[in-house]
Amino acid sequence: MPTLDTLKQGEKAIIKSFSDNFLSLKLIEMGCLPGEEIQLSYSAPLGDPIAIEVSGYLLSLRKQEASTVEVELQKSSKH
Amino acid sequence: MPDRTSYRSIGLIGNPNSGKSTLFNSLTGLNQKTGNYAGVTVDKHYGYYTYHNQTYKVTDLPGTYSLFTKSIDEEVACKALFDNNDKIDTIIIVADSSNLKRHLLLVTQVVDLKIPCVLVLNMIDEATKLGIKIYKDELEKLIGVTIVEVNSRDKIGIEELKKAIEQANSSNTVFYNLEIQKQFFPNSETYSHIIQSQFNASTEHLNDFELKDTIHRYSTINYIIAKTIKSPEKLNKNLTQKLDRIFTHKVFGFLFFLAVLFVVFQFIFFIAEHPMTWIEESFAWLMNFTAEHLPKGQLNDLFVNGVLAGISGIVVFVPQIALLFFFIAILEDTGYMARASFILDKIMRRFGLNGKSVIPMISGVACAVPSIMSTRTITNWKDRIITILVTPLISCSARLPVYTVLIGLMFTKHETIGVFNFQGLVLFLMYMLGFFAALVSALVLKKILKCNEKSYFIMELPVYRKPQWQTVGVLVLNKVKVFLFDAGKIILAISIVLWFLTSHAPGDSFEKIEQQALIDSTINVESQKLEASYAGILGKKLEPVIAPIGFDWKIGIAVITSFAAREVFVGTMATIYSSGDSENTETLREKLSQQKNPSTNKPVYSLAVCASLLVFYAFAMQCMSTLAATYRETKHWKWPVIQLVFMSGLAYLSSFLIYAILN
Repeated sequence: MPTLDTLKQGEKAIIKSFSDNFLSLKLIEMGCLPGEEIQLSYSAPLGDPIAIEVSGYLLSLRKQEASTVEVELQKSSKH
Repeated sequence: MPDRTSYRSIGLIGNPNSGKSTLFNSLTGLNQKTGNYAGVTVDKHYGYYTYHNQTYKVTDLPGTYSLFTKSIDEEVACKALFDNNDKIDTIIIVADSSNLKRHLLLVTQVVDLKIPCVLVLNMIDEATKLGIKIYKDELEKLIGVTIVEVNSRDKIGIEELKKAIEQANSSNTVFYNLEIQKQFFPNSETYSHIIQSQFNASTEHLNDFELKDTIHRYSTINYIIAKTIKSPEKLNKNLTQKLDRIFTHKVFGFLFFLAVLFVVFQFIFFIAEHPMTWIEESFAWLMNFTAEHLPKGQLNDLFVNGVLAGISGIVVFVPQIALLFFFIAILEDTGYMARASFILDKIMRRFGLNGKSVIPMISGVACAVPSIMSTRTITNWKDRIITILVTPLISCSARLPVYTVLIGLMFTKHETIGVFNFQGLVLFLMYMLGFFAALVSALVLKKILKCNEKSYFIMELPVYRKPQWQTVGVLVLNKVKVFLFDAGKIILAISIVLWFLTSHAPGDSFEKIEQQALIDSTINVESQKLEASYAGILGKKLEPVIAPIGFDWKIGIAVITSFAAREVFVGTMATIYSSGDSENTETLREKLSQQKNPSTNKPVYSLAVCASLLVFYAFAMQCMSTLAATYRETKHWKWPVIQLVFMSGLAYLSSFLIYAILN
């Protein structure tokens, strides 16, 4: 299953599961719940960290952190 | 502070970026104070207001996303709700109206504590502008607490809030799920007990509980949102999107950041110089006036050269502190600081630093004192401690006069390498050396320091907002106050000790010098007295220790006195070599270059000695104000002591090597 860090700019995905216990607690409290739709807004100039749109706001996280989030790509994501 | 029985205690809690501090300022005005939470480095902000003849004490708790805490700040906020020494009577939960979903998590948790509370829907105007419609009455029914719509920036809804606080009750609604709770806590603990249990022992099953509890809460929140809020399909956040395109752009993002740094730097380096000169001149006048108009004697000398000189040395930092915090407050308040941190994270993280470490470190070129105070914006404890410890290695403006004298001794103005002037080149190298040492030290500290707090970069990028001048002003004022009264005490104490060391001598040695001077007019009294003083004796005692790095006892005295501040080195050397006017570095340089070693007849200030001194002043912790600031920001003597030992140790070793190589 793809992970959040592999998303391209503008791509949407649904959060499926987490592979890190501590980070999952933090992410869920920030509104990144399983089943929630997210979109990769943009990456930092050096490619890392990334900024995602979730629950109506912008959240930044490092790629390594994003790699603990398994997602399902949304088909008609390019808008 | 009013008697505990006479006021009601209000805790202000909310997510970061919920506009909590602005609301706090609107409630209390300038009637606020800064204190400490026991055992941690987080500042406690509290203030008072009166409503219907009742005094209310409002405590602005650190921002938190959840009552299950994940950082020291969050722990402080959560623990304060249960503090028995200052029991909170009513909680105000602040939520950003345009971003309610995430904010409601904390709201449902706080409601479950069964403490009287009021929910503030802050920045209601912004939500309206975005086309978000909140059915307040419905929401009130579902959550079970009084809701007040506030626009704290324009002070709208504040009176209504004060009324709601007066009548606040705890909600009858519960958000926890009894099934889940029983599964983990079969002894039917209350939600409040479960929250408090996280501070006693870190239990695995508490994490599992948190996960299930949070997911359950969000499903309730989704239901509440669906029932009470109508928001447009796509929120119109054009401004934030457009600005982000520039501020996080590959080229313009960094260029803009450099421009920000440049402006901040100009202000704290050059513009601050004028008010600093006025302060110094005013104090010099005052000291002269007092010395002449008050009865002469020991007490006069103590007051003028100990106390007044000390206070002058404290107040002189105010312009730099005020200016740096003025900019930092604006950068934070507008939402830009989060972006600066975002674009720099990848580089800084390698050194164990944070994107937010950059502004303090660059400001260190002007002065380490305001820089260390500004590390408050770094939320991660380890990143913050590392930034505090390494920032003083960056060459500050107080080193410049020392560098100027020494480099002038080493090379003449005419020596060049290619098109570069040698003096300029060495000066540039000294600045580079500072940055290099700071980064390498950070790297080492990253490996050494242990920390219980987990490091992550999961951070909200808030929407851009106009800066709040009141919030900016209050922050600047608070920082200046904290410096003057907290760090100031320590600086004043050390200045008095240094005054004593330089102005007193054992026995009657001073009298003897004065009598000698009456007979022999070639004797320079000031220089002789300094040599005879306790500082002089210490300098001589120090000689065996500093001889390996090429310093004699005269330099030893200057090392002791310049612990007050590095630039004092120049003044002390001028006194020792009696070159007269200490402001005139040209004459001092001439004097120094003429000094010959009587036994070898070679110049005392050889290339090796000067280079050793240069490196020594680049690295050594020769600044009591920095140590005082470090103590103030870490609330523990351990850190300034570590800073002193590590920097001065590094200085000694480097000077030893340089001297050994060049000699």
